[in-house]
Amino acid sequence: MSIGSTPLKFKVSIDPDRCMSCGRCIENCSYGVYRKEGDDIRINSRNCVACHRCLAFCPRDAIDIEEKPNDYRSHPLWTREVREAIFNQAKTGRIILAGMGNALPYPVIFDRLVLDACQVTNPSIDPLREPMELRTYLGKKPSSLTLKQLPDGEVELITKLTPNLQIETPIMIGHMSYGAISLNAQTALAKAVSRIGTFMGTGEGGLHESLYPYQKNMIVQVASGRFGVDINYLERGAAIEIKIGQGAKPGIGGHLPGEKVCADVSCTRMIPEGSDAISPAPHHDIYSIEDLKQLVRGLKEATEWKKPVFVKIAAVHNSAAIAAGIARSSADAVVIDGFRGGTGAAPRVFRDHVGIPVEAAVASVDAKLRQQGIRHKVSIIASGGIRESADVAKIICLGADAVYIGTSALVAMGCRVCGTCYQGNCAWGIATQKPELVKRLDPETNSVQVENLIHGWTLELAELMGAAGINSIESLRGNRDRLRGYMLDEGLMEVLDVKTVGA
Amino acid sequence: MCGIIGVIDRNRQLMDGGKIRDSLAMMDERGSGEGAGYVAYGIYPDYKDYYALHVFFDNIRENKVPLDNLLEKWGTIVHDEQIKTYEQPNIRKVHTPWRYFFRPDRSLMPKSTTPDEDIVTHLVMKVNAEKNGALIFSSGKNLGVFKAAGWPEDVANFYRIEDYKGYLWLAHNRYPTNTSGWWGGAHPFNLLNWSVVHNGEITSYGTNRRYIESYGYKCTMYTDTEVVAYLVDLLVRKHGLSEKLAVRALAPPFWEEIDRMPPKEQELNRAIRLTYGPALMNGPFAICVANENALVGFTDRIKLRPLVSGESGDRLYISSEEAAIRRIDPDVENISMPKAGEPVIGRVYS
Repeated sequence: MSIGSTPLKFKVSIDPDRCMSCGRCIENCSYGVYRKEGDDIRINSRNCVACHRCLAFCPRDAIDIEEKPNDYRSHPLWTREVREAIFNQAKTGRIILAGMGNALPYPVIFDRLVLDACQVTNPSIDPLREPMELRTYLGKKPSSLTLKQLPDGEVELITKLTPNLQIETPIMIGHMSYGAISLNAQTALAKAVSRIGTFMGTGEGGLHESLYPYQKNMIVQVASGRFGVDINYLERGAAIEIKIGQGAKPGIGGHLPGEKVCADVSCTRMIPEGSDAISPAPHHDIYSIEDLKQLVRGLKEATEWKKPVFVKIAAVHNSAAIAAGIARSSADAVVIDGFRGGTGAAPRVFRDHVGIPVEAAVASVDAKLRQQGIRHKVSIIASGGIRESADVAKIICLGADAVYIGTSALVAMGCRVCGTCYQGNCAWGIATQKPELVKRLDPETNSVQVENLIHGWTLELAELMGAAGINSIESLRGNRDRLRGYMLDEGLMEVLDVKTVGA
Repeated sequence: MCGIIGVIDRNRQLMDGGKIRDSLAMMDERGSGEGAGYVAYGIYPDYKDYYALHVFFDNIRENKVPLDNLLEKWGTIVHDEQIKTYEQPNIRKVHTPWRYFFRPDRSLMPKSTTPDEDIVTHLVMKVNAEKNGALIFSSGKNLGVFKAAGWPEDVANFYRIEDYKGYLWLAHNRYPTNTSGWWGGAHPFNLLNWSVVHNGEITSYGTNRRYIESYGYKCTMYTDTEVVAYLVDLLVRKHGLSEKLAVRALAPPFWEEIDRMPPKEQELNRAIRLTYGPALMNGPFAICVANENALVGFTDRIKLRPLVSGESGDRLYISSEEAAIRRIDPDVENISMPKAGEPVIGRVYS
């Protein structure tokens, strides 16, 4: 190999004064960094992915992990990542696979937007003392109501509402399939959403039998691979989501490496054990917006028009027009997945270079739907890079009805965003199917952590709304007047329809 | 702050503006002398079939001809004249108020089921958005808005408000924050037969404005109040809701209350909230809305601004302060304070 070895990504060291040789690091590391030789613990730093499992379980804080211990000659164009990608492809001749979300240092629009609060001319509202409404209904709404005046002065509602999903907080958990994540991880998420009164997505991997008790809080996904889809599956979900694309890899289908397709995953997905589950890039029955409309209607017919149907698209340049097409179908919500959306496995080139940020996409979708007078025909769910309650508030101000979180929920279960989900060795028992690793994740305690996170964000959201003098979330939705752009360029402020700070 | 008052005589007996002025002046503590206004219904009986357009011109010579031409393009100017004003030491006459009586040519909007109203709405939106030295601030039939920058009594004397006789009045004393003494920024706001006076600030304005603009309305007055006039026009005139249900949409009950309602009522209230979520008005406000048949007063969902009502025979009064009502009618009865979000409605006997 003429290229030789590339510099270490991480350098692991153990402070001998602190280490008591208990061996917990050896037990916990699923990447083979540590081994025992005699009385010594030996380290192979090259295997480290910085998942921090060893750090978290070292009783003496004896372990240090240093990123990039060796320097390349610095160069603004020929970054370390670019050079290493070339080494990698020179060796393999393959597409480079990566995990988690976009890893390039694009500016974060959320961090260039600030929220408003009331002073004097209008009082802020104290959510500890006054009602604060976060309840949200996802689905089609009528544009007006037909009412009948009854002789007794009462009014009868003639308009029939289409089924909506009712959520008590605008925060849901996005689609992470069984296969990409473990059954224990899905179970923890399912327990959390059912206690909170919100929903989670199954992902495109079907619905495992053991999750049936939580089905009324599950949104079942139909993706291009149609894994796990049958009438039983569709009927169990509270809603159905057609996945056209995802923010981490717009334009291509899902990737589940065969290493993660164990017997149980293969049953739930209805595919052979150990086979790569590569979903086709398009749905082979959807080559136009009319075809999508037919699939939406087909799914509605199959489930007797009782369930909302969502359509998820990756945030791309033309999202607004696509969403307008979706709104004209029978679909009840459009999910806009921004380019920071996480994934178990995606080609690096897609993860880092294709798609647009969710903030801009949601803003343009909301504006386009309003321009065309069809905003009521579809709810907007934003996902991809929602990190905290402020992001939720900001994206709702930009026009979203609700959000999906993914990575944040995984971080609440221990994930350290190491980005090696595609290897199937997740030491936290999240993105793996190895029984010995999966069992590390206790569904019950982890469900409490996820519940705590969503609860905490919900409280913060209520406080932010109260401070803005708003006691009902529908008055925050699309209320871009309550946002200001801080050091955003004029073009972007126009797209977001926000003013600059001080204006 | 701001002080508001609304009066309706349900038997259409006319009241002159003198007492309304005195009543509004009672609430000078609520204003700052930078804006006041009045609207009276029933003041133009001789021209009651035509739209009375009140216009502020920046410059008669420059701005009037284009407006005349525009109106003639869309219909007929039956009569027009300068609105009489009387010099006041505290009012600087920066605009020339003008009135037109206008008959739209309905054949020009063949697709509309309400062509007259749609033509007038279109003209108001167009003229006000273009900002060419003309602002149409009143556009209903047999009614007129009179407003300017100044204290209530000065504005009233400027127009000699006691010379106008109406069966329904709204009046407003302004403490401006968003725009300073701008004549267009004074209340009442009016579109067609809808007029609004408002005390407060609408924190949901950004949502409400974008919602109403998707129906073709244009918010041009730099203030949150005009959106109320447009919302009421949309909900009542275009969508056919009763005034009571329109208020239900603008200041709806909390979900907690809706969840406790009997099934039919619950279904109706849920449908209203789902349909009209973007019309829901948040933030502190007390509002009086009127059209030719009714006066409606209501507050925000947690009543962050005061509103008092009282009755005397055929008359219904709604105001920020009881003292203002008593200034008009010392013997007023049934003084009450409506609950948050609950409308007080006075309707003329048909």
